[in-house]
Amino acid sequence: MTTLLSLNNICVSFDDRMVLDHVSLELNRGQITTLIGPNGAGKSTLIKVILGLISADSGNIARASKLRIGYVPQKISLDESFPLTVERFLKLARHSSKAGLTKVISQLSISRLLDRQMVRLSGGEMQRVLLARALLGEPQLLVLDEPVQGVDISGQIELYQLIADIAQQIGCGVLLVSHDLHLVMAGTDHVICLNHHVCCHGEPESVAQHPEFARLFAQNERQQLAVYTHHHVCDEHDHEHHHPQPSSEENN
Amino acid sequence: MDDFLINALLAGLGIAVLAGPLGSFMVWRRLAYFGDTLAHASLLGVALGLWLQINPVIAVVFSGVMLAVILLSLQRYKQLASDTLLGIMAHSALSLGLVVVALMDNVRIDLMAYLFGDLLAVTQQDLLWIWGGGAVVLAILLSQWNKLLSATVNEQIAEVEGVNVGLMRALLLLLLAVVVAIAMKIVGALIISSLLLIPAATARRLSRSPEQMAVFAIVFGAISVVLGLCLSWYQDTPAGPSVVVCAALQFLLIHSLVKVQK
Repeated sequence: MTTLLSLNNICVSFDDRMVLDHVSLELNRGQITTLIGPNGAGKSTLIKVILGLISADSGNIARASKLRIGYVPQKISLDESFPLTVERFLKLARHSSKAGLTKVISQLSISRLLDRQMVRLSGGEMQRVLLARALLGEPQLLVLDEPVQGVDISGQIELYQLIADIAQQIGCGVLLVSHDLHLVMAGTDHVICLNHHVCCHGEPESVAQHPEFARLFAQNERQQLAVYTHHHVCDEHDHEHHHPQPSSEENN
Repeated sequence: MDDFLINALLAGLGIAVLAGPLGSFMVWRRLAYFGDTLAHASLLGVALGLWLQINPVIAVVFSGVMLAVILLSLQRYKQLASDTLLGIMAHSALSLGLVVVALMDNVRIDLMAYLFGDLLAVTQQDLLWIWGGGAVVLAILLSQWNKLLSATVNEQIAEVEGVNVGLMRALLLLLLAVVVAIAMKIVGALIISSLLLIPAATARRLSRSPEQMAVFAIVFGAISVVLGLCLSWYQDTPAGPSVVVCAALQFLLIHSLVKVQK
């Protein structure tokens, strides 16, 4: 497994408030990593450090040479006064080719959206278009900040599935940020639970059983998560009803 | 047709060509009030130019850039909203300009001319500034067009894709300051911001792409200039305000006739 990017003891503080406290992590090719944590846990700051938009106060970042990152923001607050079709928005990408454009349009099935105005898209449509823009640069690492905001539940499942499929197709690594736990874990290889520091990390099932995780999230949310992963395990694998045991991968 | 009318037309059309695309960016980035403040502060620039005996256009650009720098650094404190800060700066700069002018014994400037401009007194040198300076502004704007648009749509995506968004932000403010400085002597400090704003706002209703909006804004600006000068010529109304009145009527007309595009 190729490491695309690794953070080592990253610290960031704003106005003497420690937002990231000795955070270390590794993002690998072909792996979907989900970053979860309560609101205000420093998830967005961590994303910005990874994207290179802000620099850390201490610690170091190692990126694979010429690493291409594709970024899907939570939302874009486009002013209503900006007339912009989806097609023009996609063509604003700095490294796009005609062939690349045709490819992502079919990958995300957004050809019917091309003539639409950006400000008139629904939440789910907007996320597909933003994902398309990120894919145009042929990223090795795809970073998505809460990609299912404003999307209904069935749309969320579909969107996560789409992200997982595309990641597999193009063989890129994925970092997914979320504050809701209901659905994200299904297709995830690795979960990092952040609350300024890395509380726990590992495979989804092991993190879900971790006491730090339980402390951070309300009991009912944890149960929903358990139900969902259980359900999914049954769907995808051998249909035997067993409950996954916590593995020993967790630390901290 | 008299020479001075032709000069007025050439000057007004030149300003319309510049104001179209820059005014569109002003609308997209919600910089309308900044443009207004820039125009108010330009009188301070003129006063400083006279005091230090440097070219007034350069002095006004300089004061505009200073204003942008002060605004950007004040915004970091976040205790007061941008429009509050801009309001304070606009009126302080205007008043300071008036006070500085009054303190200079040997200088008499026609205040009305600076506030409302004098389209009918355009000189060859003014035309040179508008079309020469304007060509430079347009060349910069066109060469950076996609990057400027990308940074306006979303700064984070643009930055991840390698666009220097800080530079784009500064560039737009600088170009705005230059255009206000060039245009203020012709159409006046109080009118240049409406020429930036109104044609772009009118064009929005008809446009489906940013390029369309910029071009329509130029067209509407040019129509306002021609109609305003006609009004001024036949009815002896002040030229600058006549242009703005025409632009405003055009805005009302377009927005009531054309339905919102879905």
